[in-house]
Amino acid sequence: MTVARFWRENESRYNLIGTKCGNCGRLYFPPRSVCPVCHRKSLGKMEHFHLEGKGEVLSFSIVHDAPSQFELQKPYVIAIIMMDEGIRLTGQIIDCEPADVTIGMRVQATIRKVGEEGPSGIIHYGYKFMPLR
Amino acid sequence: MRDVAIIGIGDTKFGELWDQSFRDLGIQAGLAAVGDANLSGEEIDALYVGNMSAGKFIEQEHIGALIADYSGLARDNIPATRVEAAGASGGLAFRQGYLAVASGMHDIVVVGGAEKMTDVGDVLSTEIQATAADQQWETAFGATFPALHALIARRHMHEFGTTREQMGMVAVKNHKHGSLNPKAQYQKEIKLDAVLKSPPVAEPLGMFDCAPISDGAAAVVLCCMDKARKYTDTPVKVLASGQASDTLALAHRESITRFDATSVAARRAFKQAGTDASGIQVAEVHDNFTISEILAVEDLGFFPKGEGGKATAEGQTALGAKIAVNTSGGLKARGDPIGATGIAQVVELVYQLRGQAGKRQVAGAERGLAHNVGGTGATAIVTILGRVN
Repeated sequence: MTVARFWRENESRYNLIGTKCGNCGRLYFPPRSVCPVCHRKSLGKMEHFHLEGKGEVLSFSIVHDAPSQFELQKPYVIAIIMMDEGIRLTGQIIDCEPADVTIGMRVQATIRKVGEEGPSGIIHYGYKFMPLR
Repeated sequence: MRDVAIIGIGDTKFGELWDQSFRDLGIQAGLAAVGDANLSGEEIDALYVGNMSAGKFIEQEHIGALIADYSGLARDNIPATRVEAAGASGGLAFRQGYLAVASGMHDIVVVGGAEKMTDVGDVLSTEIQATAADQQWETAFGATFPALHALIARRHMHEFGTTREQMGMVAVKNHKHGSLNPKAQYQKEIKLDAVLKSPPVAEPLGMFDCAPISDGAAAVVLCCMDKARKYTDTPVKVLASGQASDTLALAHRESITRFDATSVAARRAFKQAGTDASGIQVAEVHDNFTISEILAVEDLGFFPKGEGGKATAEGQTALGAKIAVNTSGGLKARGDPIGATGIAQVVELVYQLRGQAGKRQVAGAERGLAHNVGGTGATAIVTILGRVN
């Protein structure tokens, strides 16, 4: 991804900013400009909100075959996290042995390096999840 | 809406076809279909081509005009349209061709599907496949395409007690079917132990849980039913076409152990065809991973939710069972040249409904169903075909 393409999503990637529908109160991450339930009634009413960052593992996989930018990390754990706010995020689980990850495990979001633009390019940061201790 | 028939089919062998280019493959399948339909060429009103990512695989866009040109149709100036919906590109191209004929806009339409995946290395090829997922919120965080299906598999195991052995039996069955198909990429049977011991790709999925990287093409000729007998004695009727979409990212679904796009597309198609899952004898479903076939046979209504793995292990989806699933070998053994896959499914059903499927013939097949998926279930196409007596 190019610098600008990553940069413009930084607010959500760094600070877990999603949107809340001002009409029905449902929460979304990443931000959406229209609520899939309220449709037109939600236009102009989608407000920013901040996820607390805690949740539990809904499902996970230990990845052995990975694209070049994740080569040094493998095997790594990718998971879908059910956040306490009821929203699901896809991200890596770190700071534990892959064999220790279980469905239902409590996790906490943290900010880490998630990728880079080749060996000498810009570094991308974003959320990953670590066991909640 | 008019009745529409398939009057011609053509398909190439699938595999690592180093000596054939994208256009070679597309033209080979297209000319075979046109020949099968006894057309001379000038009767063709329009062309649709399913293709996911020629821009990335062979750095060539503008695929509609390219295939029309090298099929010898440039001087006829026919409308030529490329259709894309990731893994469902072929199935969606078929639907566009079907709608064009059913609407009365065109009488005879050729629909092809093609992908040339091995002109890039396998790592890059896998990355290109992953563009079907959400690049900004899934793959950028390290979720590969197999990994997303592994998330589905792990959760399915957790919720329903599905086992790795049951998933492995999808691969064993489809390789067995593939061994009966001379055009399959893999024509060798495999044992369950080989699937379970294959190198891990994204746990719990191993290499033999994944469909291969393939080159290949397939094509069909569609014609309005009232003119079909002019060209063939064995028209196959398009009974229904259903399409549905869902969230692009897997995580955003209410459940990750079902594809709502599949069940909605199936419901729409069954309604149009005036039948249900019990009226289908042969089905080609989207088994890009072993878990995908288990989801498919559940979401299409062949088995209750959670029982797809058990049914597969019991042989209820094999040749000779009440519903024969993936007689071609499926994506797993027949191969998965992405844009060609949805058309190849339809071609297999036509072989079956004409009684031309050789050693893998399903006796007495009256209706066949094709199920083609894009991404992790963000697009699903369900097509139902019927024999014309």
